[in-house]
Amino acid sequence: MPSTDASPTAPALSVSLDGVGRSFPASTAGEPDRRVLRDISLEIAPGEIISLLGPSGCGKSTLLRQVSGLDRPDEGVVTIDGSPLVGIDQRCAIGFQEPRLLPWRTLEQNVALGLPHGTPRSAGRERVSQLLDLVQLGDAKHLRPRQVSGGMAQRASLARALSRGPGVLVLDEPFGALDALTRLTMQDLLLEIHAAEPATILLVTHDVDEALYLSDRVVLLGTEPGERAGSGAVIRSIITVPGSRPRDRGDSTLAHLRAELLQGLGVSIHHPAHTF
Amino acid sequence: MARSTSRTVAADSTTEPAATLVQYSSQFGYSAAGTATGQRRRGGSGRRSPWLIALGAVLPLLILGFWQLTASLQWVPAYLLPSPASVWSAAVDLAERGYLWTDVGISVQRVLIGFGVGAAVGLVLGSVVGLSRVASAFFAPTVGALRAVPSLAWVPLLVLYIGINEDSKVTLIAIGAMFPVYTTVAGALRHVDPHLVELGGAYGLGRFQLLRQVQLPAVVPSVVSGLRLALAQSWLFLVAAELIASSMGLGFRLLDSQQNGRIDRMFLVIILLGILGKTTDALIGLLERYLLKRWG
Ligand SMILES: Nc1ncnc2c1ncn2[C@@H]1O[C@H](COP(=O)(O)OP(=O)(O)OP(=O)(O)O)[C@@H](O)[C@H]1O
Ligand SMILES: [Mg+2]
Repeated sequence: MPSTDASPTAPALSVSLDGVGRSFPASTAGEPDRRVLRDISLEIAPGEIISLLGPSGCGKSTLLRQVSGLDRPDEGVVTIDGSPLVGIDQRCAIGFQEPRLLPWRTLEQNVALGLPHGTPRSAGRERVSQLLDLVQLGDAKHLRPRQVSGGMAQRASLARALSRGPGVLVLDEPFGALDALTRLTMQDLLLEIHAAEPATILLVTHDVDEALYLSDRVVLLGTEPGERAGSGAVIRSIITVPGSRPRDRGDSTLAHLRAELLQGLGVSIHHPAHTF
Repeated sequence: MARSTSRTVAADSTTEPAATLVQYSSQFGYSAAGTATGQRRRGGSGRRSPWLIALGAVLPLLILGFWQLTASLQWVPAYLLPSPASVWSAAVDLAERGYLWTDVGISVQRVLIGFGVGAAVGLVLGSVVGLSRVASAFFAPTVGALRAVPSLAWVPLLVLYIGINEDSKVTLIAIGAMFPVYTTVAGALRHVDPHLVELGGAYGLGRFQLLRQVQLPAVVPSVVSGLRLALAQSWLFLVAAELIASSMGLGFRLLDSQQNGRIDRMFLVIILLGILGKTTDALIGLLERYLLKRWG
């Protein structure tokens, strides 16, 4: 478990989305703008873990970009800890959907990029090497990104986001490229770090079980049925996951939530009559 | 082949007129100069085996042998093809008279100064144009138009303004060296992976830190390949300048030998130009190995 004395980490902050919408210009001139998100309102308490679930292309990454201030909503406002975002917000650390490592730096140096500015050198080194050990990259820290696998790169990118010790942590499919076993380990790691250094976490995943295991609430994003495609995704439902962490992965009380979420994602949950 | 270079050139709306020349020279010996992405053989770690190095000497030796054979069997008359021995004695003769060293010395000096000045100007101009949209809008069309003028077209003006002296030759070489560096640097800076630039912003890097930590390292391979092309251009313009108006230097010696029917000296100068060009290129290759090890 990471000790908090290596570098002071920010306290968890509340995040509030109020009527957030985002449209992009149409690809062909003359057509109306393509609306990706609309009417997204969500209050996230400090230290809460929220999973965003939704079909590919529904605007999950776009929503994360609004929260981190990398992009500006054209409707509504995002506030962190009560103050509206102006530009990129340093209280928020983002783990991108792609690893985005600097190819000329070693994994260690890449992770160090995430350290808060003004971190003393020795404290920074210590924190980076702690995090690298936690994401099981201790042996690979001197390798360059092109020398490591996709999953290793993704873990390095996670470590970089964690090294910031942010008030708000925004993670876009942080475990997407990992094998099943490493994925479970990393989920536990994230929870451990969250317990030691509480941050408000907003993460995107495609894995319903992961969402239920990690989060306090699961937000299902998608276009409302009956709406045409370009009308923008809304929050279809918010599911509060009962119980507290750490959860039992085999918890049967979560089964109906799982079914509900899968159905919300459009996955048929009928059990086939003939199984293999 | 220099992948990033061709990408840069293609992505730039104003492709430079010397592109064919640049591409031509880049086919020889500029192997991985500009592969900014993808698999690059890492400098340092993979030490080339002595056998592979020796392999590179085989063809020159074969050519030398065939040349000797051709000359001694007189397949080609001696006034068209001197024997290797006569070229060697021409070298010894010129060296004893002291011409060889002055020719080589003055030519190398011109190339180095011209290349240095041109590359520096190209680096600064390319950085400004590559980093700032406004500067690009302001400068790029003009620089593009200047680049479109075949550089040798400046010769009469240079001679008129500066005169037939060192400065005009060095200026011509600098002009020749500037554009490849300008083009590659501006293009590379403009095309630094926007994901990485955004990443830098997301982690709070200011404009200067972004430049230092993300943009400059990202363009190091392109800068080096630009320098390589510029060096090749420098030798080209050196010979052009010395052929046109000069009383010393390898280009002058070439012209002088032609007028005096000294084909042995002509061969000597051409061989020297090859050796010198390859040597300076190898020096940049060393720099490249070092930089790519660090930044590649
Ligand atoms: N900069 C942009 N310009 C134009 N359209 C964009 C831009 N960014 C996103 N979009 C559009 O917004 C929509 C949502 O994209 P987004 O990346 O948010 O999806 P996602 O939910 O993260 O999908 P995935 O699960 O596949 O990552 C897409 O239709 C995409 O084309
Ligand atoms: Mg996405």
